[in-house]
Amino acid sequence: MKTVVSVIGKDSVGIISKVSAVCSECNANIVDITQSVLQDMFVMVMLTEISDLKCSFSDFSEKMKKLGEANGLDIRVMHEDIFNSMHRI
Amino acid sequence: MININDIMETINMISEENLDIRTVTMGISLLDCADSDPNKACEKIYNKITRMAGNLVKVGEDIEKEYGIPIINKRISVTPIAMLVAASGGDPVLYAKALQKAADATGVNFIGGYSALVHKGFSAGDEALIRSIPEALSVTSNICSSVNIGSTKSGINMDAVKLMGKIVRETAEITSDRDCIGCAKLVVFCNAVEDNPFMAGAFHGIGEPDCVIHVGVSGPGVVQAALKKCPDGDLGQLAEIIKRTAFKITRMGQLVGTEASRRLGIPFGIVDLSLAPTPAIGDSVAHILEEMGLETCGTHGTTAALAMLNDAVKKGGVMASSSVGGLSGAFIPVSEDAGMIAAARSGDLSLSKLEAMTAVCSVGLDMIAIPGETPAEVISAIIADEAAIGMVNTKTTAVRVIPAIGKKAGETLEFGGLLGSGPIMEVNLTKSPKKFIDRAGRIPAPMQSLKN
Repeated sequence: MKTVVSVIGKDSVGIISKVSAVCSECNANIVDITQSVLQDMFVMVMLTEISDLKCSFSDFSEKMKKLGEANGLDIRVMHEDIFNSMHRI
Repeated sequence: MININDIMETINMISEENLDIRTVTMGISLLDCADSDPNKACEKIYNKITRMAGNLVKVGEDIEKEYGIPIINKRISVTPIAMLVAASGGDPVLYAKALQKAADATGVNFIGGYSALVHKGFSAGDEALIRSIPEALSVTSNICSSVNIGSTKSGINMDAVKLMGKIVRETAEITSDRDCIGCAKLVVFCNAVEDNPFMAGAFHGIGEPDCVIHVGVSGPGVVQAALKKCPDGDLGQLAEIIKRTAFKITRMGQLVGTEASRRLGIPFGIVDLSLAPTPAIGDSVAHILEEMGLETCGTHGTTAALAMLNDAVKKGGVMASSSVGGLSGAFIPVSEDAGMIAAARSGDLSLSKLEAMTAVCSVGLDMIAIPGETPAEVISAIIADEAAIGMVNTKTTAVRVIPAIGKKAGETLEFGGLLGSGPIMEVNLTKSPKKFIDRAGRIPAPMQSLKN
């Protein structure tokens, strides 16, 4: 199963490195990554494959959330199906 | 890879515009729990509900986490309890207590179905159940009750309408120490639907499968935000925006419903397309109407704006789901909608305007606090008026009014949570409908042709 990790917040040095460190720690494979500045906000979206996750999904999600809180970022982990179903016919 | 703007749009809808799944409701048939001994029947009910729905809350929470979409309520609807009372006799309140015990054990927010369907007449169990409603709603906290008193095919049972006026008042009186909360859990229907996932009117109809999962979506805030981006468009363009937004919201509901159904191993029923507001700022149906150009909800033009909104939501939603049902329309519960509360408080929104609005949207006079001195026959007359609109227009209408015992028009009832707070609205108390209501009997079913 694939999930979308979205990171929103003020741009700073090392965001991608910190997020990918958590991915690697949990054995989530980064499939695709894209970033941009939207409405003065740094936005990064990472598509990750989590079939072989070392920890539970909620632990992974919780780690990302905590990382976000510690760095003043809004990090969410959401199943890719939600975006596919809402934006594709 | 999914478009980054689409991802941002979804996240924004959830975090800024209050998009959520309002409810995942499991419908459970209790017909196989009927027993001539009410205590045995109650035991079977408790066992069946806890067996079928034991995992409902956990599965709901898991989906919430994985998909990142809040699911506000997990609920259960059951076969109208009057049918079980018909088999067992005895005190119907026993059933209410058994349902409460099952609600506590499963951790759901509400169980709906303390109900009776009496649109043509009372059968065994119906009258006993209706008369027990005030006590049942007072001794339980998570049980909802509904009574269907009319339909397009059978007319309006005015005996039941007369009785329900009294029952609504009694329910308010018996729970007057808790802001008359009992009445917030009691709804009187015309043309009730069998697969409604929303409370207080949810029950599991007899045409439904043994167990089924329904989903109710929300999203007034999302529609309002989308309309805000089009300040100068004409109404055709606004209808188009509403349709697109409703499509996206419904797709999300469909996804959550099918996923819940897969994980629970229970067939998926319907997505209810209703726009359900909450008292939170930015989650109001009234504010959508105001965004469309009305200075305030309740002014002239409100009915037209609401008709367009309701229709566009359905058109967008129908394509997004494999199975649409329930009430499916915009809700206008006064106490649960920040814009409605403001309009009612300022006097711009009257009971008569609300009645007109219910002719073009679901579901009826909903969550309206009325003065405590309102006599039973006036409540019955309000129910009769609303039922007549539903009967003639072949649609569901309902009345959920709360007589605010000891309070007058202009004061406020505080329910808290999703139920919000209700400004007590003016009711015409100078002229009485008593003789009309006392006649009782039945209003015959209406013509289905010569529709003018």
